[in-house]
This record gives sequence, structure tokens and C-alpha cells, in this order.
Amino acid sequence: MTVKQISVFVENTAGKLAEFTEVLCKHNINMRALSLADTRDFGILRLIVDDSYTTACVLKEENYVFSITKVLAVAIPDEPGSLNKILGILGKNGINIEYTYAFNHKSQGMAYMIFRVEDNEKAIEVLNKEGIKIIDQDHLHEI
Amino acid sequence: MKSMEHYYQPEIECASREQIKAWQDERLVKQVRHVYDSVPYYRKMMEEKGITPEDIRSTEDLHKLPFLTKEDLRKAYPYGLLAKPLSDCVRIQSTSGTTGRRVVAFYTQHDVDLWDECCARAIMAAGGTKEDVVHVSYGYGLFTGGPGLNGGSHKVGCLTLPMSSGNTDRQIQFMCDLGSTILCCTPSYAAYLAENIHERGLQDQIKLKAGIFGAEAWTEEMRQDIQEKLGIKAYDIYGLTEISGPGVAFECSEQTGMHINEDHFIAEVINPVTGEVLPEGEKGELVFTSITKEAFPLLRYRTRDICVLTREKCSCGRTHVKMSKPMGRSDDMLIVKGVNVFPSQIETVLLNKGYPANYQIIVDRVKNSDQIEVQVEMTPEMFSDSMGKMDQRENELVNALKAMLGIYAKVRLVAPKTIARSEGKAVRVVDKRKLY
Repeated sequence: MTVKQISVFVENTAGKLAEFTEVLCKHNINMRALSLADTRDFGILRLIVDDSYTTACVLKEENYVFSITKVLAVAIPDEPGSLNKILGILGKNGINIEYTYAFNHKSQGMAYMIFRVEDNEKAIEVLNKEGIKIIDQDHLHEI
Repeated sequence: MKSMEHYYQPEIECASREQIKAWQDERLVKQVRHVYDSVPYYRKMMEEKGITPEDIRSTEDLHKLPFLTKEDLRKAYPYGLLAKPLSDCVRIQSTSGTTGRRVVAFYTQHDVDLWDECCARAIMAAGGTKEDVVHVSYGYGLFTGGPGLNGGSHKVGCLTLPMSSGNTDRQIQFMCDLGSTILCCTPSYAAYLAENIHERGLQDQIKLKAGIFGAEAWTEEMRQDIQEKLGIKAYDIYGLTEISGPGVAFECSEQTGMHINEDHFIAEVINPVTGEVLPEGEKGELVFTSITKEAFPLLRYRTRDICVLTREKCSCGRTHVKMSKPMGRSDDMLIVKGVNVFPSQIETVLLNKGYPANYQIIVDRVKNSDQIEVQVEMTPEMFSDSMGKMDQRENELVNALKAMLGIYAKVRLVAPKTIARSEGKAVRVVDKRKLY
């Protein structure tokens, strides 16, 4: 019940991000979600795509350093208080969040949160128990 | 205003060339005999070259002796070149390098006295007398800078402030309150102090008249800058731990090169590739033979510093040969903040920490202070989606570099295949300081 996130090393200098998106564009790769964590010298670009295998092949070809990590994609109603509820569940169960980012899909009235946690299995278990919907890789394209 | 030239040992410093040659001949013969008899390492080296002490009868025979390199010193670490029983030694000093490159030099009391005298000559050449307050901001400890100038200052009879390096506030306060007249430190620290004194508007409260600056390369422009800002005359000083420390050579009022203390050290300039001895005035690698050192005498030690020697008459009255400021190195050693840095040390750390050996070292001088940056290519193994892990790895690398080099080096992670891979020799070092 996880999705594959691709994290990419990008130097923090002018034009590097554009170079990267150019590569995606060239190979017709569409992103579902994107987040960027940066320091003064470099950034970690995290993205979710439908076809992570093809994307990985492209990035390898283009000499990017990247890694693939399993993260949780959680569907929540696109309304006040719903993120708070999820965080409450995770916190109560002692699950620490390394990082998180959001994306939404207007037409369905749902928002999606990506969570990177130490223990995916445990997080899935506690969220399931509370009836929270978790998306897996195969259903990403439905979003 | 023309100040009177001061000498610590005028009869030696202004001796005739014949006299200097006579001292060198006599002392060289004695020294060769001494090391042959007391250091198996030397005896073996000489035997391999097929020479005995009898073959060395004057300085004309010097070229027959084999060269000694830093590599030899490393191999002989720690006691391999010791020429006196440890019970006769009273001091050690060490180079700024690390385990792999560290050189430990031993001194008898006599060695320390002669070294101090060399530094005393430098202080008096900079106008120092017993009326002066000598402010020593070189590091104390294993580094020779502090102890050397400290000893020289004592010999002259100056009031000596053993400040050591760092703590700029205290440096400036003592300078103002105790009326320091001669500052001894690295040129970059002198420039930094000058900057600070200016910013605080304390120019009128300092009494400095001269500075003795060494242990790293500095330019004529930097000299002018320091002289103007501090209202002093800035003198260069040269030395290396292997030979004794600062004071192997020092500048006089003419400021056109450094007089080598030839009664203690014989200087040669060689072609660094062929080893051939070059005539006076030609540029080459400086080689020293210490002829009065007892505990750690080095014969024909290759300094790797490139310079020129001249025996032209000097207006200061001294007769000892003058060396130019070093114009470069014949190896890849960098001197950053007065510390010796070899690219190979950085490479060792990178490989130990799992990084690729493709790296580049960028050295720059920002606001008169040296900065070193190590650019390393990111690899899939070292990469993580977690910023915390990336931070941790970077910190580990920074700490390992600090432990190896003794100074802080900034680490910059760059994308793979971005560091130029050249056809022939890799450009490992980019030195933007333009010091030579």
C-alpha cells in the first residue's frame, strides 16, 4: 500500500531545475506530485510519477543521482481539519514524519498527502484502523 | 626617515664571504661525519651512493651527497633521523601535517639556542631592540611559529607577549594596553587584525612599528596594504620545521629578499626534475643542509619551494645570501592558513568515507583569509531522500577532513560528471589566490 517516490539530487544553481524539467518534458513524463528540499548548495527533488520505472531509466540515462523510496499516499477530504486528523492519528501512535507534502485534485474534492515515515507497515496499520484511504502505486493513475 | 640598521650578531651577519665559506666548509665536514656515525639511515644512504665522510672535504663536495625528501622523513618517523640520544634532546616540534605526513623534529638545548638566535637576528633586522614589546600571535605548541619568535624575542631582551593565535578581541586589547611595537604572525592574520583595528577606529591607540610575517605566501600588494593600514614596516620571514623553524631566512630593511643564515644552513637551488645544482640567479627548488643542528640535522633537504638566490651586495650591510619570496612549489602541496595541505590527504578522506576519487579543491582568499572548498561528486550510494541523512553525511565528511587537515574545509556536493575530467593530468586544485 505504498507509492514509489523518486528523489533526485540537483545542484542549487541557476537553471538546474529547468534542465531537469526539460528532461521530463522531452520524455513526456507527467508528475503527480513534486516537492523540493534545499540547502545553499544543493536540493533534493522528490517526485511522484505514474510510471516510476520508465522515469528511473530516463534519469539514469541522463546521469542524475536519484533514489527510490516507498512513501505513503493518503487520500483525505479537501476540507479544513482533515490533515489535522491524520497527523493526530500518526502522532498518537508514535509515528514520526520525516517529511510530508501535499497535492490535490479539484474535480474529486480530495486532497492527497505524501508521508515519509520510518515504519510504513505500522503507519498503514494505524491509518487503516481509522478507515483512512491509502493509495497504492497501481491506483495512482486513477487520481 | 632612515632608521639605523640593528644586528644581533654583526660579526656573523656581516662577515666576509671568505669567512662564511670557511665556516661552512668546516661545519659541513663535521656534520657529515656526525650523521654518518650516529644515524644508520644516513650511513645507508651514503653507502648506496658509494660515498664516505672522507669524500666531503668542503662545500664544493656537497653535490655528492644524496638528497633527502619529505618522504624520507616520513619513512624515518619518528626516531630514524635522530642524531643524538633522546636524553640529550629537550624539545620536539612538528609540522602542521597529519599522521601520514607528520614530521617530528628534535632539538637539543644547543639547537634551541641557535634557532632562537636566528629569530633574534630577524627581530633586530626588523628594528627590534630590548626596548620593544614583541607581540607573538603565531600559534604556540607543536607549530614552530610561536616558540621560534618567542625564543628570538627573549634573546634580544624584548618584553614578549606570548599571545598565540586567535581571540582577536584580546589581541587588540593587549596591543593597545601594553603598547606592542612588533607584531609576529601570519600575513593573513596581520591583514585581519589591521582590518579590525580600522573598523574599531583604534589606529591611534596602537604603537606598532614593525611586523614579522611568515609561514604562508603573501604578495607585495598585501604587504603594502598591511603597512598602510597599521602604519608599520612589514618584514618577511622564512623557515620550515624540518630545518628548524622560522628564522632560516629573514628580511632586512631593504625588503628585497630574505638573508639565509648561512653560518647554520647551506642553501642550494636545484632543477627539481634533474636534481642538477643551478647557478646563482636561476630559479629552482631550494635545498638546505643544516650544518650546526645536533639532534635533527638534515643534509640536502628538498624544500619543494621554488625560488632564486642572490649574493648581490645588500644595503643593510649583511653579507649572507638572499632568497626571493618562494614563487611556487615543485610538488602539489598547498599552504592554507599557514597549514600544509596535500591533495592526497583529501583524497584519502573521501575514499575512506565512500566518496569517489573525483574531486576538486578550490582555494581562495576572501578578505585576506584563506578558504578551502572541496567539491565532491554525488553518488547513488551517498545520496538519500532524507535531508537529515544528507546533512549527517556531509558533517561527517567535514569533520573527517578537519581531523586530517587540521583546518576547516567546506564541502560542496555537486552533480555527477560535472568535475572536469581532463585528458592528461587531472586538475585537482584550483588556486584562485594568485600568490606567486
